[in-house]
Amino acid sequence: MGINGEHQNRGLLRFTTAGSVDDGKSTLIGRLLYDSKSIFEDQMDHIVQSSKRLGRSEVDLSLLTDGLRAEREQGITIDVAYRYFATPERKFIIADTPGHIQYTRNMVTGASTADMAVILIDARKGVLEQTIRHSYIATLLDIRHIAFCVNKMDMVDYSEQVFKSILESLHDLVRKLGIEDSHFIPISAKFGDNVVAQSENMKWYSGKTFLKLIETIDIRKNKYTELPRFPIQTIIRPTSEEFHDYRGYGGRIAGGTFRAGDEVTILPSLLKSKIRSIDVFGQSLEKAEDGESVSITLEDQIDISRGDLIVKSSALPQISQDINMMVCWFNERPLISGGRYIIRHNSNEAGCIIKSIDYKMNIGTLEHDTSDLEVKMNDIAHVKVKTSKPLLFDLYKENNITGSVILIDEGSNETVAAGMIVGE
Amino acid sequence: MKISDAHLLELENEAIFIMREVAAKFEKKVILFSGGKDSIVLVHLAKKAFWPARMPFSLLHIDTGHNFEETLFFRDELARELGVELIVRYVEDSINRGRVAEETGINSSRNKAQSVTLLDAIEELNIDVAVGGGRRDEEKARAKERFFSHRNEFGQWDPKNQRPELWNIFNGRKNMGEHFRVFPISNWTELDVWQYILHEDVKLPDLYYTHRRKIFKRGGIYLAWAPFMQLKPTEEVFEADVRCRTIGDITCTGVTLSKAESLEEIIGEIAATRITERGGRYDDKRSEAAMEDRKKEGYF
Repeated sequence: MGINGEHQNRGLLRFTTAGSVDDGKSTLIGRLLYDSKSIFEDQMDHIVQSSKRLGRSEVDLSLLTDGLRAEREQGITIDVAYRYFATPERKFIIADTPGHIQYTRNMVTGASTADMAVILIDARKGVLEQTIRHSYIATLLDIRHIAFCVNKMDMVDYSEQVFKSILESLHDLVRKLGIEDSHFIPISAKFGDNVVAQSENMKWYSGKTFLKLIETIDIRKNKYTELPRFPIQTIIRPTSEEFHDYRGYGGRIAGGTFRAGDEVTILPSLLKSKIRSIDVFGQSLEKAEDGESVSITLEDQIDISRGDLIVKSSALPQISQDINMMVCWFNERPLISGGRYIIRHNSNEAGCIIKSIDYKMNIGTLEHDTSDLEVKMNDIAHVKVKTSKPLLFDLYKENNITGSVILIDEGSNETVAAGMIVGE
Repeated sequence: MKISDAHLLELENEAIFIMREVAAKFEKKVILFSGGKDSIVLVHLAKKAFWPARMPFSLLHIDTGHNFEETLFFRDELARELGVELIVRYVEDSINRGRVAEETGINSSRNKAQSVTLLDAIEELNIDVAVGGGRRDEEKARAKERFFSHRNEFGQWDPKNQRPELWNIFNGRKNMGEHFRVFPISNWTELDVWQYILHEDVKLPDLYYTHRRKIFKRGGIYLAWAPFMQLKPTEEVFEADVRCRTIGDITCTGVTLSKAESLEEIIGEIAATRITERGGRYDDKRSEAAMEDRKKEGYF
């Protein structure tokens, strides 16, 4: 089909930006969009005018992503902003997240859907607690690719020595956290060094520019393809004459591959059947892979409803009411041992009680803290919960979809925690 | 038809997943239908999400009375073809009932008044979810929007206190009288929408293709002329070959000078353009936070 060649067949890379306050995340994104010519003329006009009105001495590229009135007035990022741009190599979705500690929950939000995390470090300050916190969160959320950008190199005279000493602390951090794939780039977001173009001021750095890195990085999205999972969202039952007997199960494949003819087990009933067809809008597919939204029909008439899970009979998930998880707490009211919450897992909702709070992560030292167990906003803790009905799950490290939950406050309906299921 | 572009397929899978979550979680469900390309794509996605069953949505159109006629014709045809209920509520009625005052002056528009009519319709019809075609790349306040966006009992959006949205787990819990706005194509860009339309062979109103129209220029934007529009003495109406890049209320929808007759030509123009889609929307020109303010009041 005739689409402009250069816009065809690009993959999608989702990345999140994190770092401490004023590390220049928004400026980096602004610079990236500006230098890759993704900022439109009317947007640029706005930024120029706003910069003048706010009394900034130069054009402030962070105004591009700080979209709320309060953010522009205070010059900070409060909430996640999503930005989109494309180069001939790839299409990108950026989650620009806040650096302020009281908005860490938004960093977690941005990171939960990211393939890669970009963590900024102020060259003058080096590795801070927020750097450790964000790197840890990225690892906890199973983001396997992290790019550390040492920013504001212009303010340390583009010194290789400064970069090298920060690099040492970063190597330590990477080792401690077991980060699979890490990258280190000295940049100046403000002046564009090593963002899109290779820096003239840092000839000592011969690695990839930031843009080159994100264009070429090889992302491994699905690690555990041997665990095919299909959480059922909705039952598709047409009333028309033509499809009188059609009974399809609508959902999105959450890992692995399903083929017509596969032996499957339906949970929680544990009944077995075979896949008759995998349908997408009038077409039957031979197979469907991780991430595809399809409708599956089975050979046998089985009572199946939303929240059930279809899996390959050869790889069953865990079924239990006792769950261990790491939670990131989002709410002003602390997490309480014995507290009751609603737990959402795939298309299932159940009640749950916090049986115990086992430890908090001390993210300064990356050690377990068992002396102070009050879990306040932005804390990360290991908890045991008991659910009102069995959950059908995998460990988060094995499957990010069947291994993740959120906790909801029954009274306020607020999302109070993100949970990642762990073994112990 | 099978989509070959990897990124379009991923965006489609995501949007269909969200459509199905909406269907399962809510009672009275509508798709906000303007006749514009984004809402037409939404309807196409809903069709695919529930095939071979009928989509479990009604279409809700908030009619300002200032329409491109072709849009209304297209809307009625589409609803008939799909066999879904079409609900229309009129801004004119809200004005006559004294719910909202008609703006006056040369730049007057019923764009803002639509929010009142929309919220009244949501209350009247007990709508608990309205699915919209808003995209985060459209505008800076929209860039902050969640897929599942909570609205309080006054229909208001609280951008500083949004629920965190993690993975693909959506918290759609609410109290009586509150509702949700859901945006399945949040992650699509303008170019994605056009490429998808081409791939899926989605039918669009002719307004999106080049046609001869009476237009005039205001504030650097070409606007379509209609009999009820007031002109400044210096403004001159003339004919030109144009197409619409977005379609909304005629009083605030800019047109683009273009001879693009096919989707391929339109995509070529959009890939090369240096002005954003909403750069031609007069309703966004009112202040820097025009969209944020309207959204807080209950706008689409």
